[in-house]
Amino acid sequence: MGARDQHGVGAPWGGFHVIGKPNRKLDGLAKATGAALYADDLALPGMLHAKTLRSPHAHAKILSIDASAALALPGVQAVITGRDLPIQYGVIPWTQDENALALDKVRFIGDPVAAVAAIDEDTANAALKLIRVEYELLHAYLDPRESLVRHDPPIHAGRKEGNVSKHVQLAFGDVDAELAAAELVVENHYSFHGTTHAPIEPHCALAQYSADGLLTLWSSTQITHYVQRALSKVLELPAQRIRVVQPCLGGAFGGKSDPFSLEFTTCKLAMITGRPVKMLWTREEVFYAHRGRHPMQLHYKSGVTREGKLVAVDAKILIDGGSYSSFGLVTTYYAGQLLTGPYDFKSYRFDSTRVFTNKPPCGPKRGHGSVQPRFAFEVQLDEIAEKLALDPIELRRRNFQGSHVRTVNGQRVTSNGFLQCLDEVERASGWHKRRGKLGRGRGLGLAGSMYISGTNYPVYPNAMPQAGVQIALERSGRCTIFTGGNDIGQGSNSMVAYVVAEELGLSLEQVRVVAADTDLCPVDLGAYSSRVTFMVGNAAIDAARKLRAQLVLALAAEWKVDPARILLEGGRASDKGDAARSITSAEAIQIAEARFDTLGSTGSYNTPTLGGDYRGGTIGASPAYSFTAHVAEVEVDEETGRIRVERVWIAHDCGRALNPMIVAGQMEGSAYMGVAEALGEEHGVNRFGLHAGPNLLDYRIPTSVDTPELAALIVESLDPEGPYGAKEAGEGPLHPSLPAISNAVFDACGIRLRHLPFTPGKVLAALRASRAEVRTC
Amino acid sequence: MRVLRLKVNGDELEVAAPDHWSLLEVLRYRLNLTGSKQGCDKGDCGACTVLLDGKPVLACMTLAGLAEGHAITTIEGLMPAHIAAGGSGPDPVQSAFDRCGALQCGFCQPGMILSARALLERNKTPTRTQIREALAGNLCRCTGYTQIFEAVELAIAESLGVAPAARAWEAPLAESRAKRGES
Repeated sequence: MGARDQHGVGAPWGGFHVIGKPNRKLDGLAKATGAALYADDLALPGMLHAKTLRSPHAHAKILSIDASAALALPGVQAVITGRDLPIQYGVIPWTQDENALALDKVRFIGDPVAAVAAIDEDTANAALKLIRVEYELLHAYLDPRESLVRHDPPIHAGRKEGNVSKHVQLAFGDVDAELAAAELVVENHYSFHGTTHAPIEPHCALAQYSADGLLTLWSSTQITHYVQRALSKVLELPAQRIRVVQPCLGGAFGGKSDPFSLEFTTCKLAMITGRPVKMLWTREEVFYAHRGRHPMQLHYKSGVTREGKLVAVDAKILIDGGSYSSFGLVTTYYAGQLLTGPYDFKSYRFDSTRVFTNKPPCGPKRGHGSVQPRFAFEVQLDEIAEKLALDPIELRRRNFQGSHVRTVNGQRVTSNGFLQCLDEVERASGWHKRRGKLGRGRGLGLAGSMYISGTNYPVYPNAMPQAGVQIALERSGRCTIFTGGNDIGQGSNSMVAYVVAEELGLSLEQVRVVAADTDLCPVDLGAYSSRVTFMVGNAAIDAARKLRAQLVLALAAEWKVDPARILLEGGRASDKGDAARSITSAEAIQIAEARFDTLGSTGSYNTPTLGGDYRGGTIGASPAYSFTAHVAEVEVDEETGRIRVERVWIAHDCGRALNPMIVAGQMEGSAYMGVAEALGEEHGVNRFGLHAGPNLLDYRIPTSVDTPELAALIVESLDPEGPYGAKEAGEGPLHPSLPAISNAVFDACGIRLRHLPFTPGKVLAALRASRAEVRTC
Repeated sequence: MRVLRLKVNGDELEVAAPDHWSLLEVLRYRLNLTGSKQGCDKGDCGACTVLLDGKPVLACMTLAGLAEGHAITTIEGLMPAHIAAGGSGPDPVQSAFDRCGALQCGFCQPGMILSARALLERNKTPTRTQIREALAGNLCRCTGYTQIFEAVELAIAESLGVAPAARAWEAPLAESRAKRGES
């Protein structure tokens, strides 16, 4: 299978013409002019508007639901409850514990209970107020530590683990012996508070059920294929009768990678009423839907030699999962599995426990499962450097694992440009001249990280390709690429266009991309785990090379020359041996079409066999890892406790930047999101389980004035298996933001911030404590 | 329900809508001008920004009736206005956003571009600090704003006929590629 072949890191035809350049995105102007259509921009004749009734209680039994008054309201077409959609779903096949509408009980404030379809939104909202639900309140679990020990009443009944969602314990090497022998052991507690994605586009879905029984759903999802599978299960329709289309998507960051209630309820309501049904969530509902980054309590103990070489890392992590499983099984593994680079440790042990609580469900957010452990560990490394009086960059260099190595937990690391990342941020930030020398209140901090470029663990086990691409070449010179990949703003549609244009020597104007439509496109598993560039890019090369071979052979035969003389570039085909022989790519396609028949090809990608030889050893196993280093510069106002991040230098090893402008955009956007999580964003609930501020005023995402200056420094390590050497860039560059800021605050005023977010209150308390310590010394 | 007389992107229009509808609802759901986006529906995000007599306003917080008698410009109006004024293709600010990678998911950008357009109408050469301040009412979740600032600065540089500032990644990347013999 071509998909498993390596395609090489260079251009077999000499230099690149499209790849590696800051080309325009395919959809840039459509978005800039307002022409791009997002889910809520779609409307169908006779369309109904749907709304969701949500639980006002954190944990309660549903005793009865009376929708008769709502149904009697003029304009209301249908009301559905959990009884209408009783089949459970969930993105991970082994932990399917969700219902589109609550069945028998609710598990958080905001849990969907009923859905109404009416002629307009106002009528639907009025109908919600007429639905009578009788609840019996249950004890609400809001503290994950309580969920560890108390299981009565259970949040999910019938589980032998009670309120524990997942427990993973893995050990590699003899951690206890290494810790006992270590010359320095540093041990501390850290915590992460919980944040959410807050894409600017709220979730929206539009469903249509045709007279001949075809169901179509346009949805703001980043996992079209999984939504199709989930609809098939819950609605008991064959998947082949279901079409899921992702229109233009207004941001996701992992927040649209579960199947969501509105996708099932709009479909069901469309099937009941025979009319198209749309549901647009309010901003408040987006906060309840959540699936954001898990709060974690993290305990780390690291042992090092006198020279600073890590010999043991021992981690214990308590994860607050909220009310449903979502991707939690993976989160629990990722929390431990993704720490084992870019540093080499001799021994490693982690014990991660995810528990259920009666809060909005957590899930995957950019840097899934690994941002929190990375924060704790990179702060701990800074503490080690301090105790050993080593420069933090030097400490990391001494522990660098190298490229083409196996990690302590058995993962295969190929290319590794982390040292160059350190070099770049060291140089750009003026590290040696400036660190420790900026005066009281101002400082520099460093942190590093690694992340996956997809994983070889598909969400449901199967031996089929993870990514498929189909290409049609038409005699006008137009090339259409069909990909199941979800462009969520990261530019994956543009990426496949660059790849195919490069391979076939086309100009970008000749290329169209049809994406994320299950009726038209080959399967791709979706936009998550930073898999799309690596996997869809490789599948596109695979498909394009088959067509390239046909074009070259046809032209060589036509011109009676050696195929090695055929050059395809920039919309033209020419003969290297005869400068006068040059035709348009449309003409070349016509010659090939005459010789070989209608031109089209498919290509695919699947990962090689990867992972450690133990249970869970494939979770977090990636065909390639990206590496990042940040230096943050901060100013701490010791009167108010306010931290201002002035600047972040972000060096990221993305293998090869297929488009450096897009890569820089991912790096800057990641760093921004990390800074926001460090300084103030907080997805919390009050003592009743009510969301603390489900709106964009209280949930303070940074404005253009709050965001630091961001300098993206691209490192290209040329991965042997990535498309032209490319790896991921969309998630890895977030990780170091949080610890780099904490470490910079230490440089600025000597306080260690181990508990996120770094609010003025915590800064002032730490400053007070450090002054008291100085006085008692 | 009332009949509104609105002047949208130069067109005089009559449209019937419920009394309590916002300008955003009328634009999106009556006039099919869906380029103006709803991100929060309560004035927090700025995705619904349109120009009223050239000044940015939040369409979700403006009762449609209050927009009567004012010239409303939505994102859909920029390119036709640019063409009508003798230009070709999209407005230079739209083009600069496109060429700078400033459009990731693109959802905030119609509002962002209109805020930027209004800024450049009142100040042809704003500093980066002034750009930051002028765009502070438009939340973007994708870009970290950097490529948005670069886009506005590109539009300014092109209007002055000067070269825009180099981006942080350009020189180091070119240097490392040259070292390994790639252009």
